[in-house]
Amino acid sequence: MAKQSKQLDRRWLFLFIFVGVALPLIFTIGFPIETTDIVQKVYDFVEETPEGSRVIISFDYDPASKPELHPMARSLVKHCFDRKIKIIITALWPMGVQMAEDIISQLKDNYPDLKYGEDYVNLGFKAGGMVVIQAMGKRFREIFPKDMYGSSLDELPIMDDIDNFNNIDFIFALSAGDPGIKQWVQVAHDSYGRRAAGGVTGVSAPAIMPYVNDQEQLSGLLAGLKAAAEYEGLVDAKGTATSGMDAQSLAHLIIIIFIIIGNILYWRNKKLEKEKQ
Amino acid sequence: MEQFFNTLGIWLGVYFTFAIFSFLYKDNPFYKVAEQIFVGISAGYWFVYTIFSILIPNCFDPLINNFSVKWIKLFPAFLGILMLLRLVPKTVWVSRYPIAFSIATTAGLYFVKYLKSDVMMQLTATMMNPFKADNAIIVIGQLLLIIGTLTGVIYFFFSKKHEGVFGATAKIGIYFLMISFGAAFGYTAMARVSLLIGRMQFLLGDWLGIIPH
Amino acid sequence: MKRKVPLILTFIVGVILIFSEFIPHKPFASMSGELENWFMIIAGFAIILGQLSLIKVCVLKIKYKQKNWQYFVITLASFTLMICCGIFWGTKEMSGLFGHGELLSTTIGAKPFDYIFDHIYQNLQATMFSLLAFFIASAAYRAFIARTFESSLLLAAAILVMLGNTSLGTLLTGWLPESLEFLHLPKLSEFIMKYPTTAGQRAIMIGAALGIIGSSLRIILGIERSYLGGD
Repeated sequence: MAKQSKQLDRRWLFLFIFVGVALPLIFTIGFPIETTDIVQKVYDFVEETPEGSRVIISFDYDPASKPELHPMARSLVKHCFDRKIKIIITALWPMGVQMAEDIISQLKDNYPDLKYGEDYVNLGFKAGGMVVIQAMGKRFREIFPKDMYGSSLDELPIMDDIDNFNNIDFIFALSAGDPGIKQWVQVAHDSYGRRAAGGVTGVSAPAIMPYVNDQEQLSGLLAGLKAAAEYEGLVDAKGTATSGMDAQSLAHLIIIIFIIIGNILYWRNKKLEKEKQ
Repeated sequence: MEQFFNTLGIWLGVYFTFAIFSFLYKDNPFYKVAEQIFVGISAGYWFVYTIFSILIPNCFDPLINNFSVKWIKLFPAFLGILMLLRLVPKTVWVSRYPIAFSIATTAGLYFVKYLKSDVMMQLTATMMNPFKADNAIIVIGQLLLIIGTLTGVIYFFFSKKHEGVFGATAKIGIYFLMISFGAAFGYTAMARVSLLIGRMQFLLGDWLGIIPH
Repeated sequence: MKRKVPLILTFIVGVILIFSEFIPHKPFASMSGELENWFMIIAGFAIILGQLSLIKVCVLKIKYKQKNWQYFVITLASFTLMICCGIFWGTKEMSGLFGHGELLSTTIGAKPFDYIFDHIYQNLQATMFSLLAFFIASAAYRAFIARTFESSLLLAAAILVMLGNTSLGTLLTGWLPESLEFLHLPKLSEFIMKYPTTAGQRAIMIGAALGIIGSSLRIILGIERSYLGGD
């Protein structure tokens, strides 16, 4: 009589996943990456923004979400610099400050004409989530009296005439959770009427998707590593997201195969139990 | 010397990466030590950035350098100190004032913002003409969107027993919720695998130099 | 006094903020703006409270030699090290009590605070979260069983989205003719996300928002008092 199958020791599964992620990184396959409509919307959104516009990019993530959001951030900042769009960097998460600094230090050598304080500025971190955004919309300079380096906003040409969101063209939130893109949509777009778009981790994506609607609460959304890879392709800056897609594909395949095996084993054991009875 | 510290930094990163990964085999002291270091450094980071980014520029600087104009910031500073008194068992009750203030601020804001963004605008976005589209697939999709939203909301109405027509509608709502949870799982799996890919890119690229990074 | 004053404060502040949304002029606008400023400062102190609580817990565990107390010595040591590095030599952007620590920066290539963050903290946090990749695979293998129609729907949606979110999806169905383009996995995945998933998530969003609105109103009116704690 056939025996009931035992569950596989999960450490074997861990090993499969580990190898399944490592091998495609070493032996790149180069699977094609198709651009989806929602990522194209984000690209068009930035592309249509006039030169010289001032935008806020909020780095609301930490190193835990770096693999997904950092490539998005890099592509977005590159896109803005290419389009001569001026960037005002803020952070609702304290580690966001370092994430932003890392992106700028990676890119600034490619744009030697760009000047801190004129073309981009890092205002730093403020705690308070939605309350901070609400206050920024009324009294920007009270919330951010100085930038990260201690310079008064009055000394920074990029901040001229910025007392609220009126002279901000759009807001782009790179968000790993709360506070983040949800609060930017609720306050900056829905209360102050600023255009907003964002990049989120795969975990948050389904919950944020309802904001991409006819009301244009979000004008576009980058969701997860695949969207990051697509955006990298669109701005011609292929990096870690693109190189990670092969590994992503194989890892997903391994998970799906194990789900199928788990189901086969379950139904087989159930059938054997019935036969025993 | 800088090169030495750069290399040391990479090796420290590798050590801590494997210390955390060792948990996959079994819980062990290397993992525990790494975990406690993570907690300590994280707390220290938040402490330093809170002081440099918030308390100094927004509270202490205005009070010290511009007291005649910014004297009103004494009030939040005072409330903040009351908050810190929560650490002393005999004075825990004084922290109720700043907590009440914080809760009230968020409650007041949330009341209006969630009503507008998450109820009114979402309902407005659902009230569309589903047949106004370029092709049949989009029409089907828009119909699913309307039906799914309405039946999903009906499912969450627990004041009425889910039976009869109401129950059948709620059942359809459950199906839409199951599809959405399945998609959420798919995205969550993608997100988690991405994090592992990031680690592997560090190990294979920055440490071993096998892949370009 | 201990409970009444906080409740009155909650009511006044909550009402000012709600009124300022509908009457964005003086005095409500300036009052709400000031209150929002105060909130940020108090939030800063609350974060400091969190860190000090952590120290308190660690010290008590070490003092009373509770189980695994030795590990909490490590927590305290790393916490102290990070704070000292930040306060004495500052961060990349800000100077500390000893200025910018140029000599140290040139020796190790970065300020001590940034060095620890870049080489130790980032790796620790990233690895900690990457463990979830293994656990999600393991959980999916054990628990993702198509027992009922609902769970089959969940499974099918998960598999389609997982395939559509990778280059494999493009490869598996890239050969389909234009008339069957809607069955192309990335397009199918996009359809699932855009329509049924959005519908389900929208329903959850509306339900949760109604709950938050109800809770906020109860807090402002003093019906909900759990945030005050015990006597």
